[in-house]
Amino acid sequence: MNRINTYLDKETEAAPLAAFRIFFGVMMFASIVRFWANSWIQKLYIDPSFFFSYYGFEWVKPLGNYTYLLFVICAVTSLMIAVGFKYRFAIITFFLTFTYIELMDKTTYLNHYYFISILSFLMIFLPASDYFSVDAKKGISYQRIPRWTVDAIKILLAIVYFYAGLAKLNSDWLIEGMPLKIWLPSRYDLPILGDILHKEWVIYAFSWGGAIYDLSIPFLLFWKRTRMLAFALVVIFHVLTRMLFPIGMFPYIMIVSALIFFDSGLHHKILNTIATLFRFTKSSFDTGLVHLRKSMFLKRLSMTVIVVFFAAQLLIPFRYMLYPGELFWTEEGFRFSWRVMLMEKAGYANFRIVSPETGQQFYVDNSDFLTPFQEKQMSFQPDFILEYARYLSEHFQSQGHGEIEVHVESYVALNGRRSRPYIDPNVNLATLDESFKPKTWILPFNDEIKGL
Amino acid sequence: MSRNIAFLIMLVSLVGLTSCGDDDGASASGDGFDRQAMLTHWADNIIVPSYEVYVDRLGALVTASETFNNETSLVNLSGLRSAWLDAYQSWQTVSMFEIGKAEELTLRNFTNVFPVNKADMEATIATGSFDLASVNKQDEQGFPALDYLINGLADTDQGIVDTFLEETAESNHGDYLVALSTSLNSLATQVLEDWKNGYRDTFVNNDGSEATSSVNKLVNDLLFYYEKHLRAGKIGIPAGVFSSAPLSDRVEALYSKGSSKILFETALNSFEGFFNGKSVGESVTGESLNTYLNFLNEISGGEDLTTLINNQFASVRTVSAELNDDFEVQVTMDNNKMLATYDELQKNVVYLKVDMLQALSIRVDFVDADGD
Repeated sequence: MNRINTYLDKETEAAPLAAFRIFFGVMMFASIVRFWANSWIQKLYIDPSFFFSYYGFEWVKPLGNYTYLLFVICAVTSLMIAVGFKYRFAIITFFLTFTYIELMDKTTYLNHYYFISILSFLMIFLPASDYFSVDAKKGISYQRIPRWTVDAIKILLAIVYFYAGLAKLNSDWLIEGMPLKIWLPSRYDLPILGDILHKEWVIYAFSWGGAIYDLSIPFLLFWKRTRMLAFALVVIFHVLTRMLFPIGMFPYIMIVSALIFFDSGLHHKILNTIATLFRFTKSSFDTGLVHLRKSMFLKRLSMTVIVVFFAAQLLIPFRYMLYPGELFWTEEGFRFSWRVMLMEKAGYANFRIVSPETGQQFYVDNSDFLTPFQEKQMSFQPDFILEYARYLSEHFQSQGHGEIEVHVESYVALNGRRSRPYIDPNVNLATLDESFKPKTWILPFNDEIKGL
Repeated sequence: MSRNIAFLIMLVSLVGLTSCGDDDGASASGDGFDRQAMLTHWADNIIVPSYEVYVDRLGALVTASETFNNETSLVNLSGLRSAWLDAYQSWQTVSMFEIGKAEELTLRNFTNVFPVNKADMEATIATGSFDLASVNKQDEQGFPALDYLINGLADTDQGIVDTFLEETAESNHGDYLVALSTSLNSLATQVLEDWKNGYRDTFVNNDGSEATSSVNKLVNDLLFYYEKHLRAGKIGIPAGVFSSAPLSDRVEALYSKGSSKILFETALNSFEGFFNGKSVGESVTGESLNTYLNFLNEISGGEDLTTLINNQFASVRTVSAELNDDFEVQVTMDNNKMLATYDELQKNVVYLKVDMLQALSIRVDFVDADGD
């Protein structure tokens, strides 16, 4: 207990957190502008007539044309975060609107977005605008802050990498070289690299190298002597993934985030450069003042939140162990666990509407209800299939079809295995409810993927 | 140290910028499979020759239509019907290639939308001005409309000939017939000319891996065709798969009473032939989805997919061989055989759309969004 208290009382330079805040804000602003410029707001949140909800968040829906307003708020608060203007208000608002956007349709779920959501939540509790910010300019600039506030971000980044590495410790990734055996050869047209991406040793080098990278990079970044090497690896790794896969802004976000591991000397230089660029001097922020929380209650409260937060981060990825069956097949407990790029999974789901009284039946044309993107995501994820089936049931009953049953004939192919039946076609999905309980109507995988 | 970091960040942005523009279509194929050779074979030995035959037969159809219009007789009706069926069969060999000019013109929508809207069509004929380019007129033209004119205007052949002979300024079936044939011919000719004057090279040189590359695009078009038109349009919809009861009047070539099966089989054979890279009019094969899949299978060590797909084509053919020449009769008399054919077609949707696309690493209906 004493050691913990001693740690909590430790202080450090505020510059790394201030630099991180600036990078974060700018990156978020760029991401939102890019999202808008690609007209993805229209395509993903306005055009579809049906949206897939997260269990418990069915009330979160796009707001028609007001959805654009959500993105505007997100963009404005990003800039406010970057300059550190009314930081606490900005980061809370950003967290709420960004998370709302992500909850609107789980079709678009990406681990990156989840990462941004929880990172912005964490940042609510960090004194990121104590230094080198508009807030500090107007109020008091603290040059030093509690050390744990900087470490918290490092720990979150470490969890993301390390858990992504753990998730790669399975037989498909390490032994079969899947799904990279499918993905890498398809990039044959890249300059230079394209000529070798189909070679077996290259594929295995990527899969083993990726796993070792993810598992070791947090330690290499923490340890001062390997930090420079680690950062170079971070850059190489993310640039490669950016070239090979369509992953948008994420590589850049991770690269600049990793800078937080460096000593404050670097961040002072970065901030100095920024100050020179915008024609002001950084020296007025260098007060040497130490930020001490006055209220013991507030200190306790935020510490409790942070501890619960990290405990949850450590446990949530392992919740899959509570479910029977192969995780990659059932996807029960798959999301929010840093399982990134592990599966090449595709499916086909054909819904059959049956009238139990007359025995009459017909098949649904999914394109009547879903966008191609939604149909693709729905076809291999059981919770999507169930939610859609229940929607179809309501839709056709309201059309006067009377009492109906909804069945699905579905096939899924996973990591190069031949497609096989996915959902029990005899089950009437219309009568089932979504829950955290195991979904017994998923047909067995009949294969084994060993490992975590 | 900070100088090193600055250097690294510059490197990142540089690579990032260049990789943003990585769709310059460089024709590299360093992995040993020559996609350009496959595209060349598709264009030169399958697609363009198929269009040549099609345009040729449409020329004959225009001639037969004019002959019949000028000299309306039972004999010329018979000649017109056989020209119509020849061209219609030929259409089944090109319908799946809705790419390039065909895509721009939405060729299929102006060629083979059925059922035909008889009432609207008669109204259009009565106006005497035929604006066939309008989207609203898509169900009043093409082969289905011709089918109605030459097979469905009256119960007997003599009755049909008489209807054409009765023509007045307000009811000009003959001119409409010629207009329909001419329009089909003109649309198809535009597509063929485009292939011959530039698009062939564009198609063949676009051999990259991005979503807009020729392989990715055409494969998506083929699957759309197989699912919506071959499987659903020709078999599933009339068999009542998508409705609570069978819809026997939704068969292709309804009024000809006996052409729906030959049209279906032609379409199926063409699709299978394309999958296996069979040259048109010759019994040789070239690089194809079949050979490409086998090449990729060598790398991934997966189970043999091409045999599964080809066996499934054979299963479809075994079941569909049992069908009546006229699917309307088949649906009315014994719809189970139609449903059985649909089921066999459906199994290949799964193999093609799930297994094949996964092996080819092609995204179905490419959606422009980020991945993990």
